[in-house]
Amino acid sequence: MQIKVDRDLCTSCETCIASCPYEAIVLQEGKAFVNEYCQICRICLSVCPEGAIKEVPDVQDSADSVKDISAYKGVMVFAEQREGKVSQVAFELLSAGRRLADKLSVELFAVLLGAPESEANELIKWGADKVFLCSSGSLTSFNDEPYTDIVSKIIKEHKPEIVLTGATAIGRSFFPRVAARLHAGLTADCTSLEIEDGGRNLLAIRPAFGGNIMATIMCPDTRPQMATVRPKVMKKCACSANHTGTIVNIDVPANGKCRTKVLETAKDTDFCSINIQEAEVIVSGGRGLGNPKGFEMLKELAELVNGTLGASRAAVDEGWIPYNHQVGQTGKTVCPKIYIACGISGAVQHMVGMQSSDIIIAINKNAEAPIFNIANYGIVGDLYEIIPRLIKRIKEERG
Amino acid sequence: MKIVVCIKQVPDTAEVKINPQTNTLMRDGVPSIINPYDLHAIEAAVAIKEVMDATVTVLTMGPPQAEVALRESIAMGADEAVLLSDRAFAGSDTWATAYTLSGALKKLGFDLIFCGKQAIDGDTAQVGPAMAEFLDIPHVAYVSKINSISDTVVEVRRMMDDGYDVVETSVPVLFTVVRELNQPRFASLKGKMRAKNAQIRKLTHADIELDEKDLGLSGSPTQVKNIFAPEMKKERIVFEGSPAEQVAELHNVLKSVKCI
Ligand SMILES: Cc1cc2nc3c(=O)[nH]c(=O)nc-3n(C[C@H](O)[C@H](O)[C@H](O)COP(=O)(O)OP(=O)(O)OC[C@H]3O[C@@H](n4cnc5c(N)ncnc54)[C@H](O)[C@@H]3O)c2cc1C
Ligand SMILES: Cc1cc2nc3c(=O)[nH]c(=O)nc-3n(C[C@H](O)[C@H](O)[C@H](O)COP(=O)(O)OP(=O)(O)OC[C@H]3O[C@@H](n4cnc5c(N)ncnc54)[C@H](O)[C@@H]3O)c2cc1C
Ligand code: SF4
Ligand code: SF4
Repeated sequence: MQIKVDRDLCTSCETCIASCPYEAIVLQEGKAFVNEYCQICRICLSVCPEGAIKEVPDVQDSADSVKDISAYKGVMVFAEQREGKVSQVAFELLSAGRRLADKLSVELFAVLLGAPESEANELIKWGADKVFLCSSGSLTSFNDEPYTDIVSKIIKEHKPEIVLTGATAIGRSFFPRVAARLHAGLTADCTSLEIEDGGRNLLAIRPAFGGNIMATIMCPDTRPQMATVRPKVMKKCACSANHTGTIVNIDVPANGKCRTKVLETAKDTDFCSINIQEAEVIVSGGRGLGNPKGFEMLKELAELVNGTLGASRAAVDEGWIPYNHQVGQTGKTVCPKIYIACGISGAVQHMVGMQSSDIIIAINKNAEAPIFNIANYGIVGDLYEIIPRLIKRIKEERG
Repeated sequence: MKIVVCIKQVPDTAEVKINPQTNTLMRDGVPSIINPYDLHAIEAAVAIKEVMDATVTVLTMGPPQAEVALRESIAMGADEAVLLSDRAFAGSDTWATAYTLSGALKKLGFDLIFCGKQAIDGDTAQVGPAMAEFLDIPHVAYVSKINSISDTVVEVRRMMDDGYDVVETSVPVLFTVVRELNQPRFASLKGKMRAKNAQIRKLTHADIELDEKDLGLSGSPTQVKNIFAPEMKKERIVFEGSPAEQVAELHNVLKSVKCI
């Protein structure tokens, strides 16, 4: 495949030149020309107002690369656990997986490693029709190689068409190995999953270029279609004690390799008692706080509203608050009912981590700050004028 | 000990903007840089060279202009640089990228491989672990600390979502590293001089002996179907007035959503 410009259609408007992230389009003899720097990312295809940019097959591109994909049926969710308890993201994925499975009229499978049968029953309540369970204690701590071996083996045997896991430290670490082994496409860090109209292909939407663009990714010719999904973006449906399903016990493969060993597991000591990804209210601070004391004020507010503290990377980099409170592209993705951003400008890298919050309240002294573009409620003002008054008022009301 | 660092040249995404009218990427004048996480990977490798007998090779797969990134790595202290470049590699997704790089790595030889946690353009964090699979070696992702290192065993700390794990691994092994690992050094004057004159070794498809159907676009199961701008919320209410009035409004909102 190559990307080429149809010189007859090109009007030399140069739109494509500015849009190519790899500087692969230049003007040559008055028309756009795609040179050897092209990475075939396809971004320019949708850009040209004249439709002059096209994909041109190479001579050797032939139909024989299309594999038989009809043997693959069903949706599978890898349910991750920590210390034997299934993580929240697994329930979110079962809700999303259930929706896709119903749309495709297929079964929903779950895979659970290193947790007891009681946890597998939870997965059934949340919508799984069949749970592949390997409850061996050797799998409770996470090692990439055995996880890869078992999940690859289950996929090979049961041939699901879609396989999902959380875009967590665990999912993002071992799913690429599974995909590599199966020669399957793996879409990273998705924020939305749909089935193509009139077909069975998965359309996975994800942010790229640091959240500056969203991309729709497909794997039309291969199966399974794999994806890691960001925690907290899929809404959990209700769980139902009436939903029934079966548990299939599987053994740890006998001759598997495991060349890593977890010696110790440590939990973050939280600045606040409520975990940021579970919190319903997050009071978040940025560089605009000016000093670490600002977070003590925010903490007082957070406690009054039953919330926890978040932060921008700038505040974390200043050393005002530990990294595990960072929200954004390189921090956590959160989706609370209320997100109160105080002294945060609203860089895209921050916004990708919090924009799906139900209600966003922004307090910033600069009326032009981009955070106001996504805020439901905005206060242009000095946070040191606003927050102490708010704290006082809430306290007064409680008496 | 032979250390290979995989680096990627990327557009500086902090400066990439999308034009909301046309839904297109505007990258006029956006500079190409070494992927920021890869700087930490280079630093880790060069720091190891200072305490034990080791050589550091940097490897990148990309178009010819990626040579600039390789020279910068030599200026930071890498001994040798390899550019893997061929039209046949264009359009690679993470599967094909990892597969192609692993072909080059087999040819170069290695004990330790360092990658960045993720590249800031594709943002997938998938290339490192996938390469380890193709090379049949273990990997540890999100390494934030190297506790101890010998010719046969390395002990590291990896970041997890709720804390960290201390992991021991045999060598050879691949690590993907996060910012917390170290502070990348600046290039020294001597390093810059060396970088200027360094020979960049070039490899093409012919050198790595992989089947063409597994390379580039035809080896890539994923396809980018389209791109669009992230959507922004429309409705918004701005509270005016004195701080006291603003607080009164805010207080009402918090009450109406039963937050207080
Ligand atoms: C690869 C990459 C990844 C990144 N990942 C993340 C990430 O995960 N999370 C993240 O947050 N950032 C991330 N960033 C950084 C991001 O680009 C911004 O630099 C950062 O979010 C800015 O933080 P800030 O809003 O606190 O600071 P600033 O941008 O400096 O904004 C401070 C704001 O406070 C306001 N202010 C100042 N004083 C007051 C006052 N008294 N009252 C009210 N308002 C006041 C100012 O008007 C200003 O808008 C990343 C960047 C890169 C390149
Ligand atoms: C908008 C968009 C979305 C995409 N989404 C996906 C997707 O969901 N799934 C998918 O499979 N592909 C996807 N791709 C393709 C993917 O970006 C490319 O394959 C890219 O070459 C590698 O992925 P990455 O940038 O995410 O690297 P990452 O996997 O994030 O990179 C991690 C580390 O691997 C090393 N590394 C990565 N690339 C190279 C290289 N070329 N040379 C040397 N070392 C390297 C570096 O150490 C780097 O720090 C997408 C591309 C675009 C343009
Ligand atoms: S966008 Fe289309 S018409 Fe404009 S220069 Fe590029 S190819 Fe030509
Ligand atoms: S396909 Fe991507 S890399 Fe190639 S010319 Fe178009 S925008 Fe540039």
